[in-house]
Parts: sequence; structure tokens; C-alpha cells
Amino acid sequence: MIDFGFTLSKSSTVDLTTLDRSRYDQLIKLVPTARMCMNCGSCGATCTVGEYKGMSVRKVLYGIQRGEDVKAMLSSCMLCGKCTMVCPRGINTRNLILNLCKIYD
Amino acid sequence: MKQNIVIIGGGIAGLEAAKQIHNLGYQTFLVEKSDHLGGHVASWHRLFPDMIATKPLIKDMISAIKGVTVFLETQVNDVEGVREGYRLSLSNGINITAQAVLVASGFQLFEAQRKEEYGYGIYDHVITNADLEAWMNGNKDQRIPAAPKAIGFVHCVGSRDLKAGNSQCSKVCCMTAIKQAIEMKERFPNAEVYCFYMDLRLFGKKYEDFYINAQRDFGIHFVRGRVSEVSETIDGRLQVKAEDTLIGRPLKVQLDTLVLMSGMCCNPLIQKLAEQARLEIDSDGFLKSRDNITNIIESGREGIFFAGACTGTKTVPETVAEARAAALSIHNYLLQND
Ligand SMILES: Cc1cc2nc3c(=O)[nH]c(=O)nc-3n(C[C@H](O)[C@H](O)[C@H](O)COP(=O)(O)OP(=O)(O)OC[C@H]3O[C@@H](n4cnc5c(N)ncnc54)[C@H](O)[C@@H]3O)c2cc1C
Ligand code: SF4
Repeated sequence: MIDFGFTLSKSSTVDLTTLDRSRYDQLIKLVPTARMCMNCGSCGATCTVGEYKGMSVRKVLYGIQRGEDVKAMLSSCMLCGKCTMVCPRGINTRNLILNLCKIYD
Repeated sequence: MKQNIVIIGGGIAGLEAAKQIHNLGYQTFLVEKSDHLGGHVASWHRLFPDMIATKPLIKDMISAIKGVTVFLETQVNDVEGVREGYRLSLSNGINITAQAVLVASGFQLFEAQRKEEYGYGIYDHVITNADLEAWMNGNKDQRIPAAPKAIGFVHCVGSRDLKAGNSQCSKVCCMTAIKQAIEMKERFPNAEVYCFYMDLRLFGKKYEDFYINAQRDFGIHFVRGRVSEVSETIDGRLQVKAEDTLIGRPLKVQLDTLVLMSGMCCNPLIQKLAEQARLEIDSDGFLKSRDNITNIIESGREGIFFAGACTGTKTVPETVAEARAAALSIHNYLLQND
């Protein structure tokens, strides 16, 4: 490409029409209750590593529906299961993370 | 002599009150401006939360008011306070002196074309909640394609919108959106269905369960963000823009049909009547109750009562409960004045 001396910023827009949501679709087949997340944030608030590594199951689950890279967050999870205890919708978040790790493998 | 009660408006509020007041032994008159009874509900298909069909419901309500004098396509031209109560002159030339008046004039649906950025009346595939109910009732609608791949619902159209002159939450349309989203997913299982909301207001009995079902059983996508604009793509689809406020990024999606949740607004027709009867209008444009806690069904004037959506946004069960309460209040008022 010819160098015109400037670059274009990358668009941050989420385009739901073209976005690849296959990882989310795979996850839903394995953990159907993941659909019930209402983004309350209690998982992120209680997460042992949340305050150091930004981990939040909510962010992970939402992120894969919006094309975000969630690998770093996933790998910081210690599988302590506190988020499973606090989820008001009873989503097995620990199971969700384990399955998502498999999907990413 | 039997006392006369006039009810203005033949929606579910007016119908239910007419039945109760007539059963209490009063001479009951029901004045309805349109050519049918049942009001807005008569145009809906099924009612949340039990998803009952409206047609038989309205039919039952109408057959329960035998003995009530019904004037269709009639309006109140003038109201005048007299010694016996109120003298009403109707547009059909009849004058009635009533000992008590019940206003049950309901609401008006927000005119969606006023939110030009959503393209109602401009683009081919933008409809309202009311249009979708009509379509489900069997009306043909070219704007809904035979096999849509993606359908969107916009919450709060004309509601919670100071610029549109409506600060109030329309209250029923979060549920209507979820109900209609499920109904569309049932008809078009392969379509992706999106609801664009600011917050979900699911306050009523079983409402939250509807939301859970929509997520778990139907995979409906909820996007938190108010749609900012709609445009048409070169191939005639709709492109919708919003901010996904849960992730803090702009978002766009192409849709085949967009359904606008037009809100419940005050009925402007009641303005003249309010002036004539010297009834106060509240800051939200609806009729002003004596207070909004234990006296919603009482106006500031003796002998004039309210029921239903004329005082604010209401669900069907709330409306029906108010109609019954208003009948009893009128009864007590008349016993007191005897
Ligand atoms: C899209 C949509 C879907 C809904 N679905 C549901 C649902 O599933 N479940 C639920 O609980 N609620 C639902 N609602 C709410 C429901 O429509 C209202 O609770 C109900 O219509 C209120 O009844 P009403 O009799 O007070 O008013 P209306 O239904 O507005 O009836 C008022 C009547 O008065 C007449 N009138 C008005 N002015 C005059 C006048 N000056 N003189 C004579 N007559 C007059 C009108 O023509 C009308 O017939 C929905 C609302 C919307 C917008
Ligand atoms: S009920 Fe929901 S869609 Fe309707 S105005 Fe209120 S918040 Fe908006």
C-alpha cells in the first residue's frame, strides 16, 4: 500500500450482522442456562481475581457475543466457584468457564 | 327515581364499570366516540401475562352490559354543573342529567412518525406494536416479509422522552416487546430477534418469568442501548444503530423488520371535556386525580370519577380493578347524598 503519511483508525463498532458468534452458539449447546444472564454483575463483583485481572464471567459471556478477546480473562480464572454461588439466575458459571476453555482450545 | 350515571369511554374500563354500576341498580349510559366497544384492547391479539385471546374477552364484557344504554359514535359536547349533578349534552342531540359521571376515556398511542429517526412511514419495514397486533389478528401487512432473518424491537418509543413531551414510562411496552418477540420467534424460529432497551421494567406478576423464557427458551437477544437512528440499505433492509452500553461500543445490525414500542400517552380529546367540567390536568398530560395513592379514581370535583388509562399508563388488570373500585365509590357517593 502507498504510504500517504496517515492511517485510518480501526472502527470499534460491533456489527451484529457479520459478527462470528459461533463460540457463543457452541457454548449455549453445552451450557443452555448461559442464555439467562441478565448482566447483573454479581459474578464480577465477587470474583477472587476480578480486582487484579479484570475477570468477570459477565464480561466473558457478553464479550464472546460481541467479538471481544476474552482469553486473558478466561486464563486468570482459578475455578474457585464463588461466582456460581452468587449468580441469582443459577447459571453454573464454573461449568460455563470450563466448557468455554475447551471451545477455545 | 333511578339515578343516572354517565360513563365516558367504552374501553375495558368503561365496560367493566358499566356492568358493575348497572348491577348496582343505576340507570347507566355508556358514551363511546368510536364505532365499537372495547377500546384499545379490542385491537390487541393476546394479552400478557396469561396470553388469553382478546376477542372472546371483549365479547364477554360486551354481553355483560345488557341493560346499559350504549351510544356509539357519540361524544360529549358540553358538561354543565347543575343542582342535581351534571347536565351532559351529547353529539347525538340527547341531553342527560347525571348524578355522577365516570370518565374512562383511556389513552392515545404515541404517533411513531414523530420520532423521525426511526423511519416509521418512511422506510418499508418499520411498524409499531399496534401494527404487529393487527397483523397477528389476521390483517395483511406488506412491511413484514414472508421469511425475515432478523427482527428488532425498539423499547420506549415516545416514552421516557422529554423532547417528545412524555416523561412517563409507558409501563406495558417492555412486556409487550417481550411478548411480541416470543410470538415472532415462534412464527419464525430461524430469525434472530433483538430487543433494544434502556432498562427492562418487568414489574408485574409473572413478567420477569416472561423475560427468563424469552432468554432461555427462545434465545432472544437483549441489547442495552437506545436506538439512535435507522436507515435503509441498498437492498432494502434496515440498518439500526445503537450504543451497546454494556460494553461501551457502538453497535449496528441489519434487520428485515423493526417494531417500535409506541407508548401510552394522554388522550388529547379529553382536553375540551376537562375544561368544560373544570377537571385538572396533571403535569404528564393525563387527568389529575385527587391524589395518586389512595384516591386515583377520584377527580377534584364532586361526583366525577376516573377509571383506567385516562389518569396514567395502566395494565388491563389495573384498569379493571379501578373500574370496579370506581363503581363502588360512585355507589357510596350517591348513598351519602341521598
Ligand atoms: C401495544 C399495547 C399492548 C398492550 N397489551 C397489554 C396486555 O397484553 N396486557 C395488559 O394487561 N395490558 C396491555 N396493554 C394495556 C391496555 O391496552 C390498557 O390497560 C387498556 O387499554 C386501558 O383501557 P381503558 O379503557 O382505560 O382505555 P382505552 O383502551 O384507551 O379505551 C378508552 C375508550 O374511550 C373512548 N374515548 C376516548 N375519548 C373519548 C371521548 N372524549 N368521548 C367518548 N369516548 C371516548 C375511546 O374510543 C376508547 O374506546 C397494552 C397496551 C399497548 C399500547
Ligand atoms: S415499559 Fe419499558 S419500553 Fe415501555 S416506556 Fe417503560 S421502560 Fe420503556
